[in-house]
Amino acid sequence: MAEFSPRTDTSTDGETEDKALGLYNSSHGLVVSDASDKSRDQKTLRRLAQNREAARKSRLRKKAYVQQLESSRMKLTQLEQELQRARQQGIFISSSGEQSQSMSGNGALAFDVEYGRWVEEHNRRVSELKGAVSNHAGDGELRIIVDGVVAHYEDIFRIKSDAAKADVFHVLSGMWKTPAERCFLWLGGFRSSELLKLLITQLEPLTEQQLLAIGNLQQTSQQAEDALSQGMEALQQSLAETIAGSLGSSNSSGNVANYMGQMAMAMGKLGTLEGFIRQADNLRKQTLQQMHRILTTRQSARALIAINDYSSRLRALSSLWLARPRE
Amino acid sequence: MDRVKNLASKNAAVIFTKSSCCMCHSIKALFYDLGASPSVHEVDHDADMERALRRLGCNPAFPAVFIGGKYIGSAKDVISLHVDGSLKQKLIDARAIWF
Repeated sequence: MAEFSPRTDTSTDGETEDKALGLYNSSHGLVVSDASDKSRDQKTLRRLAQNREAARKSRLRKKAYVQQLESSRMKLTQLEQELQRARQQGIFISSSGEQSQSMSGNGALAFDVEYGRWVEEHNRRVSELKGAVSNHAGDGELRIIVDGVVAHYEDIFRIKSDAAKADVFHVLSGMWKTPAERCFLWLGGFRSSELLKLLITQLEPLTEQQLLAIGNLQQTSQQAEDALSQGMEALQQSLAETIAGSLGSSNSSGNVANYMGQMAMAMGKLGTLEGFIRQADNLRKQTLQQMHRILTTRQSARALIAINDYSSRLRALSSLWLARPRE
Repeated sequence: MDRVKNLASKNAAVIFTKSSCCMCHSIKALFYDLGASPSVHEVDHDADMERALRRLGCNPAFPAVFIGGKYIGSAKDVISLHVDGSLKQKLIDARAIWF
């Protein structure tokens, strides 16, 4: 709190104010006021005090404002860095700053959001299934819920198909899944053969016939996966050869035409990636449906619950991993 | 059209491909893995053959898979049939494989 003292006030205002007040007489220096001037002086002094207080408050406000600007600037730098990191990860962020309403043309982000919603709905359905099982629901009721879950699985394959058309590399990257899930990524999703391996251990008792059928299903899905993997390897090889074929001594017009021709071929090859994702998802869908056909309603329920529990564990592992303490 | 049917009936398993088509490579690999030995006809420079295949209803045109002289389908159909067990049965029936 500033002390009011016109004569000992160290601010430069003090003397100037006194001069302005006419307390200085040209010949006698500081004039001591007499009784009739006292009230006027007091009003003036009070006004001076108020002015000083206002000035002080103004300086404090300015300081606070500048501090706010500084911290906003830091936050802005942080956000820019995050944005840069997100861009590098292949997530497309609209630079116009326009958000929520239209995400059209923003393929990767839109898919991530839709996938998140699908997972929520899927978890809700499996919870419902768990409830029905633990309440010893009848086969009829169970079948309705199970059929619902299977049908809902088909939704995600349709959504993925659209997403692959918009941004095939985003789907292939698996960045829309959590880290631990990405460990097991195959052609933009899970391996049906691995899923079936898990289920064989979780689904006992199975009849001889069922064991055989599930075993066959595991083998056929594995064979199909291997076939698709080989096709992808051939694609990689072919793409590498095409790009390498565009290299060579520079400058001749023949080489420019060669370069453009090779690039056009490479573009064509990249275009076939979408087909591979489509076939991989089709394999996943067909395998799920076939499994559903082999098992009884109750077994299907247990299978779907087991798959969901397994995925939840993987997601929990991802959270632990992301939160791990680092040096 | 006749050329296609002719070639398709010459062997138990026949696949029409294009050398640039990597999905064709996948389906070929699957057949080899199953022990079938398909006849593979590359249709890179044969526009007539390609047209004939499309007119037969092959869509997409490649790979075009025939078993026992009958058109089975393209990659998606082959994989679906394999998953539900019918591909193996068709191959056995056409004597492309024995088990």
